[in-house]
Amino acid sequence: MHRALPVAIRKGNNAMHVSTSPKFRENAHDALLDQSLQRALGRLKTGFKDKRSAAIAALPEFEALRDKAVEIKNHTLENLDHYLTAFEANVKANGGHVHWCKDSEEACQTILKICRDKDAKSVLKGKSMISEEIGLNAFLEKQDLQVVETDLGEYIIQLRHEPPSHIIAPAIHVHKEQVADSFRATHKGRDPNRVLDEPRDLLDEAREVMREHFFAADIGITGANFLIAETGTSVIVTNEGNGDLTQTLSRVHIAVASLEKVVPTLEDASTILRVLARSATGQEMSSYTTFSTGPRRAEDLDGPQEYHVVLLDNGRSNMLGTDFQDMLRCIRCAACMNHCPVYGAVGGHAYGWVYPGPMGSVLTPSLIGINQSGHLPNASTFCGKCEEVCPMRIPLPKMMRHWREREFEKHLGASSVRYGLKGWAFMASRPRLYRAATGLAARLLRILGGGRGALRSLPFAGGWTQIRDLPVPEGKTFKQLWEEQQKNKSRQDGGPK
Amino acid sequence: MSNSTSRDAILGRIRHSLGRPAQMPDTPPDTPDEVTDRLKNPVANLIPARAQLPHAQQIDLFIKMATQVSATVTRVGSPDDIPREVARYLADQNLPARVRVAPDAGISGLAWDQTMLDISAGIAGPEDAVSVTPSFAAVAETGTVMVRSGPDHPYTLNLLPDTHIVVVHASRVTGCYEDVWARLRQSEGHGNMPRTFLWVTGPSRTGDIEQTIQLGAHGPRRLHIVLVDDT
Ligand code: SF4
Repeated sequence: MHRALPVAIRKGNNAMHVSTSPKFRENAHDALLDQSLQRALGRLKTGFKDKRSAAIAALPEFEALRDKAVEIKNHTLENLDHYLTAFEANVKANGGHVHWCKDSEEACQTILKICRDKDAKSVLKGKSMISEEIGLNAFLEKQDLQVVETDLGEYIIQLRHEPPSHIIAPAIHVHKEQVADSFRATHKGRDPNRVLDEPRDLLDEAREVMREHFFAADIGITGANFLIAETGTSVIVTNEGNGDLTQTLSRVHIAVASLEKVVPTLEDASTILRVLARSATGQEMSSYTTFSTGPRRAEDLDGPQEYHVVLLDNGRSNMLGTDFQDMLRCIRCAACMNHCPVYGAVGGHAYGWVYPGPMGSVLTPSLIGINQSGHLPNASTFCGKCEEVCPMRIPLPKMMRHWREREFEKHLGASSVRYGLKGWAFMASRPRLYRAATGLAARLLRILGGGRGALRSLPFAGGWTQIRDLPVPEGKTFKQLWEEQQKNKSRQDGGPK
Repeated sequence: MSNSTSRDAILGRIRHSLGRPAQMPDTPPDTPDEVTDRLKNPVANLIPARAQLPHAQQIDLFIKMATQVSATVTRVGSPDDIPREVARYLADQNLPARVRVAPDAGISGLAWDQTMLDISAGIAGPEDAVSVTPSFAAVAETGTVMVRSGPDHPYTLNLLPDTHIVVVHASRVTGCYEDVWARLRQSEGHGNMPRTFLWVTGPSRTGDIEQTIQLGAHGPRRLHIVLVDDT
């Protein structure tokens, strides 16, 4: 199956990933017919969703922690200039360097200069979505640097010359047989008849190969889940331990992070950490949470000699004070895509740029422009599940509607999209009618779906939804359920007060 | 190239977007007290109830949570028991008797010669399969062990060997992460951090191939906790 992958990545010849987002419909169409992809996407439920539910059920304070996490990020964003300068001062006080970069080009050039100053030949990388955003690998390779991804999933897609299809499970679309093929083609000098049937065999081989890279690396690049203003610390959250080895065994550690990763204190980071892993993989905490501050101290026996933070803006400062400021609370947990019926049907590559799923549909237009990402805000059934599971309570559906309205104003949408939106706006401004109609639609869909649990077509949805199975709404709309729940509650509480 | 122009441009745009006046070089910083206070006197946010148990129960919870994430835990009565416990564990698991330990008096200074283990102290290299390290603290909430880098604790010992044996003193088991930050500020001074401060919650793992969880991705396959009852 030939899904349209971002061209620049495939050819490795351009600093910035070229977006195929405008082709979302075509990409989605291909993805729906890709059996191998469909099999892989079937694993989202047991892999992530069920575990998330279990982890949340085990922590009664989860909802209250979400509120706290939102509060922390909102406060930080409102004071972003102050916290960033405090962070910078503390990095410097610990002997590190901060590089402010306006865009991808400046960030890539900055990293290249650090590599050149150190006369580096090889660069090891821990998983970093920002480095994907700025197209770092392709850029460095073009400059004759050897770049090796150390996260197993990232390594697999690097060998396959593909972009990630998920922000925390980049190779979620790949099967073990395909991994084995890539390993046989790349890891030369090994017994061609060796057994590579099971994930364990593959992991053991990757581990061995990676060890050689770890000990030979000049520069180690990681992302950052948080930057802590109080101490000038960058934090990475991993399960494999690859990020730690990357930054510890290299001479120079470069942390690449976007502006909004900053939080005030260690306590604030700890609060958000309580919702991060639970929302992402359903773990109570990831295996490794690493707080890195400055280069190795004079008496230390190991650790990097230099520590750099590349601080990327790339359009984020313009999102502040707009309808899209809330998006800067995102902690990249991927819960929204794990639970999105559209992502679950078409996978990550169909979205055509670095960030897939609902968060990508909102963020991509902000970062590369609505012209480059036209259909993404339409890649939604507006079921509201993404907002429901987002630990940072980001109103993703509302933001997608904002983009649709802007797209509508610009007349970028196809006429069916425009009319659909007009209809929606008419209904939305008449809440009673809207409720009745959506309730009616849910009942109707249930009848149409029969016992099969999925629908082949959805009236009014048009476009790409015509060929995909829509999940049949489970009985009532959220609103109906909520209202009932409220009624029951007030009954239990002894009536409304 | 990144330079002060980019810094000023980015900060300028942030301030503009937030509706604040441009910051001139000669205007004093307008950092609100709220921000300065928050950085100076960090306060805990919400602490889950499970992290607020009496100490004895915290220890039980720590063991339960660590075991849930595939670590193993053995309790010993005193530090003198550590070498014997390490030898027992390695023999039970059929692991090599060559052990790299942290050059920390509390570990390397133990009576290792009562065991048959081949002990050396220092950083970890590619051939080291087993390490023994101290820890800074441990947190009951999620069964997490905190280790810090320093001259007596090379960081590579936590990640490179296939088996990481970490010593936790019961008196250093706390309820929540926030307690650990308080202790760290006490020992390092406010705002100071070691080069690396690591939370370890179970051994290394990956689900990157077909979402099947495998232990020992790049870091240790086994995490064994020796819990010393010193309370
Ligand atoms: S938008 Fe919310 S759910 Fe999606 S990745 Fe960001 S924080 Fe997670």
